[in-house]
Amino acid sequence: MGSVGAKEVPVLLSPEGLRIDGRKLDELRPIHIQVGALHNADGSAFVEWGANKVMAAVYGPREVHPRHLQQNNKAVIQCKYNMAAFAVDERKRPGLDRRSQEISKVIGEAFESVVFAEEYPRTSIDIYIEVLQANAGTRCAGLVAASLALADAGIPMVDLLPAVAVGKIAGKIALDLKKEEDNFGEADLPMALVPQSGRLVLLQMEGHMTEPELSQALELGVQGCRDIYEKMKQALRERYSTGPVGGSA
Amino acid sequence: MSEEVSAEILTTHILDLAAEGKRLDGRGPDEYRAVTVEPGFVATADGSALVRIGDTAVLSGVKLEPGKPFADTPNAGVLTTNAELIPLSNSIFEPGPPQPGAIEVSRVVDRAIRAAETIDLTRLCVTPGEKTWVCYVDIHVLDHSGNLIDAASLAAVSALAHATVPAKRFEIADADYPLEVNHFPVECTFVRLGDTIAVDPTFDEERAAQGRITVATDEVGRVVAMQKGLVGAFSPDDVKDVVRRAFVHGERHRALAKGGPK
Repeated sequence: MGSVGAKEVPVLLSPEGLRIDGRKLDELRPIHIQVGALHNADGSAFVEWGANKVMAAVYGPREVHPRHLQQNNKAVIQCKYNMAAFAVDERKRPGLDRRSQEISKVIGEAFESVVFAEEYPRTSIDIYIEVLQANAGTRCAGLVAASLALADAGIPMVDLLPAVAVGKIAGKIALDLKKEEDNFGEADLPMALVPQSGRLVLLQMEGHMTEPELSQALELGVQGCRDIYEKMKQALRERYSTGPVGGSA
Repeated sequence: MSEEVSAEILTTHILDLAAEGKRLDGRGPDEYRAVTVEPGFVATADGSALVRIGDTAVLSGVKLEPGKPFADTPNAGVLTTNAELIPLSNSIFEPGPPQPGAIEVSRVVDRAIRAAETIDLTRLCVTPGEKTWVCYVDIHVLDHSGNLIDAASLAAVSALAHATVPAKRFEIADADYPLEVNHFPVECTFVRLGDTIAVDPTFDEERAAQGRITVATDEVGRVVAMQKGLVGAFSPDDVKDVVRRAFVHGERHRALAKGGPK
């Protein structure tokens, strides 16, 4: 929480090779997923991932607003990533900023790569991601939540989209950075994987890594995505094997 | 087009039911939906609460930051309330700047908090004319199934009641301390459905409503804010009736706003 006081670089890796929260380098933070968390959306999911809390909702396929974005041969996929004012230590001014717009664009494009949009010409599939509490990795948590919201809405897709960020802390490649590791680490590399094809549909990177480090990071990230994929499938099973959980009748 | 038609059919049905004293979800005219309050939902906020009224869900987060007092009130802190009716919460909302509906929610919630003197703004002042706490109350609507004003105000008051002033973090005092909350205003909203005045409207009832009225009451028996909204009218006797009912519902919801760990 000490974003105002003097910044001391914390010890990111203990001599035993453990991270500030006791995790190993290849260990994910705890992830808890609830599919169908909202009543009004066509599909929704709430993801608690470490100290991140992210809600995603999907509306559609429905009429396109604004009209001129409509495409005759496929659905348009519109993604809005937004952060609540109270989701970060220093209050964020409400509304769209450049960071949110960029994240919305790359997440939307990731989903365009897996959704069978040609099944729904002249419609819009609208994805809303709301970050309620942020602690590094919100775009990946948002992607996971949105992917499950799309599935919950019954939108046909090639596959679910697990996502995770890999970073570099104290010179070592580490999976799923938390805030202090992100702030004081040397690199951050978020990615989203199509498990069936093994290809990446979201990839960003900031910081510095050598070529061997980058290879290691990609392998670690893909493995992390595969672990998250299992959690996502489990969450969908929980939602649909026990019948609707308070869904709209 | 089909959406407008089905909404109109539903409106007729809601009004027909109301004429028999019934509601679509089986409630009586003075029956409120189940209300839950979850304080401390957001760890990054200085105070927060998630409120559910039936299928409506509203999250409020309070943040306190040092700032400058207004020139005309050099001894008082600053309180700002902002509601976001985000498109995630209902298909009727589109992305963009706050619409009049969101501004109305913010203002009606703000008015009750201010008029009830929920927090003593002079206690937020650090150095008169120079430094004060700015208290931001942000309201995030997650699921809009009607009656946003009551849900938003309950979430906001509960978030304030559970807030901590981050004095240590901003190096203003040696330790953080709880935000002092003196009063607990609670809003209670009704809609006219024919001759019936029903409490706690659902989304569909709000669309069918022939007028909406909100009454905010506090724990010492004061009415602190009112708002008549939507197209429709109420007689003075109607107003007296809803004020009486607002005190009864308010009492119950106030206990929920205060409850839970600080």
